[in-house]
Amino acid sequence: MLKINKTVENGKAFFELEGRLDTVTAPDLENELKASLNDVTELTLDFEKLEYISSAGLRVLLSAQKQMSKQGTMKIVHVNDTIMEIFEVTGFIDILTIQ
Amino acid sequence: MNKITITKSEDGQTVFRDMVMDAIDQNLFSLQSEIESILQAAGCPMKTRWQIRVAVEEIFVNIAHYAYEPEKGKATIRVETSEEHSCAVLVFEDRGIPYNPLAKKDPDITLSAKERKIGGLGIFMTKKLMDEVSYVYDDGRNILTLKKTW
Repeated sequence: MLKINKTVENGKAFFELEGRLDTVTAPDLENELKASLNDVTELTLDFEKLEYISSAGLRVLLSAQKQMSKQGTMKIVHVNDTIMEIFEVTGFIDILTIQ
Repeated sequence: MNKITITKSEDGQTVFRDMVMDAIDQNLFSLQSEIESILQAAGCPMKTRWQIRVAVEEIFVNIAHYAYEPEKGKATIRVETSEEHSCAVLVFEDRGIPYNPLAKKDPDITLSAKERKIGGLGIFMTKKLMDEVSYVYDDGRNILTLKKTW
């Protein structure tokens, strides 16, 4: 299960994720991002309530990062320890902006 | 979840649980939950359970997406736990196309976001999070074994 709360205004997009970003749910996030990111220059992903991520979730983050690098900035906030470990072992810690 | 067969080693130290299920994404969550309860009961700490959870997804989803393509088929998962040795062994079997996921080259994780390719991370993460990952093809079956101690 993944719950996505999004707010998009004045070129700023804020996505709050809750639950699991896995094989089953990653396409939902991908679609929501695709639908929202035109004209966005600041993307924030809030992981406070995100419990779990797998490689399917990482793929969506990388693709969002690639797009945002061209048109603005992207940051991820409130990452828990288990998700941080995944970012570390995959080198994502170096390519994402994590606060 | 489909049927689970539970057996014990003669010395009673190791418990084996065998599950057979359709290899489809929709079974992922129940498989992970089942394995999580088994590991918890065996005294496996939360951090390790969580690492195994990720590895289970990567391996199971690979079978679901590629083993029988374009058809669908079954996966057999054996979970072996030993409280005495504080370890778990997970064995994934399918009768699909012979494929050794470990033969694939690791992704270069030092590249920038722009240079990095999307995908190829699942098996790499599994290797990083588990203590041992091995593969054999035997009697028409792909057999992938994960081992993790805590």
